[in-house]
Amino acid sequence: MLNDIFIAPFADMIAAPDFLLQVLWEGLVSGILYALIALGFVLIFRSSRIFNFAQGIMVVFAALTLVGLHAMGIPAWISVALTLGVMFILAVSIERIVLRPLVGQPDIILFMASIGITLFLIGGGEIIFGGENKVMITEELGIPTGDTVLEPWGGLLILQHLDITVVLVASALVAALLAFLNYTQMGRAIRALGDDHQAALSVGISLQTVWVLVWFIAGIIALVTGIAWGARAGVSFALEVIAYKALPVLMLGGLESITGAIIGGLLIGILEKLFEIYWGQPLLGGNTETWFAFVLALFVLLFRPQGLFGEKIIERV
Amino acid sequence: MKDTEGYVTADGRQIGGVLMELNNITLKFGGVTAISDISFDIHEGEIRAIIGPNGAGKSSMLNIISGFYTPTIGELWYKGEKRPQMRPYEIARMGVARTFQNIALFEGMTVLDNVMTGRLTHMHAGVAAQALWYGKARAEEIANREIVEKVIDFLEIQSIRKTPVGRLPYGLKKRVELARALAAEPSILLLDEPMAGMNVEEKEDMSRFILDVNDEFGTTICLIEHDMGVVMDLSDRVVVMDYGKKIGDGPPDEVRNNQDVIDAYLGVPS
Ligand SMILES: Nc1ncnc2c1ncn2[C@@H]1O[C@H](COP(=O)(O)OP(=O)(O)OP(=O)(O)O)[C@@H](O)[C@H]1O
Ligand SMILES: [Mg+2]
Repeated sequence: MLNDIFIAPFADMIAAPDFLLQVLWEGLVSGILYALIALGFVLIFRSSRIFNFAQGIMVVFAALTLVGLHAMGIPAWISVALTLGVMFILAVSIERIVLRPLVGQPDIILFMASIGITLFLIGGGEIIFGGENKVMITEELGIPTGDTVLEPWGGLLILQHLDITVVLVASALVAALLAFLNYTQMGRAIRALGDDHQAALSVGISLQTVWVLVWFIAGIIALVTGIAWGARAGVSFALEVIAYKALPVLMLGGLESITGAIIGGLLIGILEKLFEIYWGQPLLGGNTETWFAFVLALFVLLFRPQGLFGEKIIERV
Repeated sequence: MKDTEGYVTADGRQIGGVLMELNNITLKFGGVTAISDISFDIHEGEIRAIIGPNGAGKSSMLNIISGFYTPTIGELWYKGEKRPQMRPYEIARMGVARTFQNIALFEGMTVLDNVMTGRLTHMHAGVAAQALWYGKARAEEIANREIVEKVIDFLEIQSIRKTPVGRLPYGLKKRVELARALAAEPSILLLDEPMAGMNVEEKEDMSRFILDVNDEFGTTICLIEHDMGVVMDLSDRVVVMDYGKKIGDGPPDEVRNNQDVIDAYLGVPS
């Protein structure tokens, strides 16, 4: 038994390094999407103290909108642009209708409000686009669907072109977001508001502008993750679950840490894949990816209540 | 408006006309009257001090000027116009910069980034769209950086430019906060106890910086200070508050000899 847990898995890794590489790669693909989603959460939490329950449904909503617009005969890339427009309108509406009237309310009220947004988007999505599953317009968007086979150490490593595209696009988006946050005035405004509310007001930062911006960023993230995940799993309300994976990422990375979200996302993506393949499938009958991340996060929280990167104890949420 | 002419200070500096005028300001928090019926003005280019014992209502007055509090009664005139009720960030964009009694910096950001946020008041409308236009955003970034670097040099904090503010000692934090306010190139600079909690040397540095800012850029400054010596050295005119009332207003020498002021404030060792 001890051998099965502590020795055999590592022996397997060493015996078949090409397969280990395959597992790591697949973990990375999920991980970078988790990181993106978690980043959206963190930006919204830092600037408005809302734990954005609606992030998951935003992924579904963005994917549904994209597919729905395309189904109306609109070319794929124009549909993408229009979907971005819809996400922007959504961000403005959320700020006007939900956030602005609720300024200064307790965190729990804001959390309830984000549940309200979720229910609204579920209802709205079903009424407009119908509840049945749809197929992501992967080919129409020019996303390659073949694969490349490599032979490291004489072994076998299969890289889906879809996955490569996802990793490249998601990494580029993360990099662009980091550059935006660190090297532009609007980005500084977003970070500043997360650090100190009063001081932010004193330097002329408008809460409303920042809120619209962070919700729009969350919308862009929702669209990208919606396309990436939808291309593998189809477009349905089940896509929502990818956003719930952000929860353990946030527990691990800390609710307020941008770096924590990115590293936490990658870490969870990779670790849950490793665990599934080397421990879950042989020992636990598989399907551990649904719960592993949560257990890992709880375990970390036992020792570091502030998360791996959090600087202070999170008393919100 | 009353005398818009300006005046000449004891040390021979020409002070401009009225920049800001507060008329019959009263501020109540429930049953507590923090400020009762106070009027005074701030001239362009002067260093105006507000002094008074603890709880006199000094910070509340600064909060009214910067829009963090809205007066219960009274009006505020700025640059010749009556100021409608506005949010603090809108007032900041009208050229009112401030520091806080309990330092309010962006602790997770570097000194440079903190000071850069001071330039946010100068960001134009429709920025979200502009930010996407790389060339335009870059040109603006460079222009802002230039001004910010000047401020950083001026306040002699070059060596800590890249340090996260959270790691700085108290005295330097105060200076960074001043730098952030200065970066806005404000029409009026509000300083809430800029020297509180500093040692003698740090106080001297800060006094020098405040005088230099006023001297080099002609910035109008309204500051709150407890240390009487410092106030006498720095300010052109002083408002004295006690229990929310104004009990004195004038040049430092005059105020120092006012019996009410002596009783209420100077008599109390600080
Ligand atoms: N936000 C607030 N809510 C309730 N009461 C307040 C508030 N701000 C100030 N006060 C009250 O108003 C009065 C004046 O406070 P203020 O902070 O303006 O005094 P101060 O002159 O700045 O004192 P100090 O020298 O201690 O800084 C005090 O009684 C204070 O308790
Ligand atoms: Mg005070």
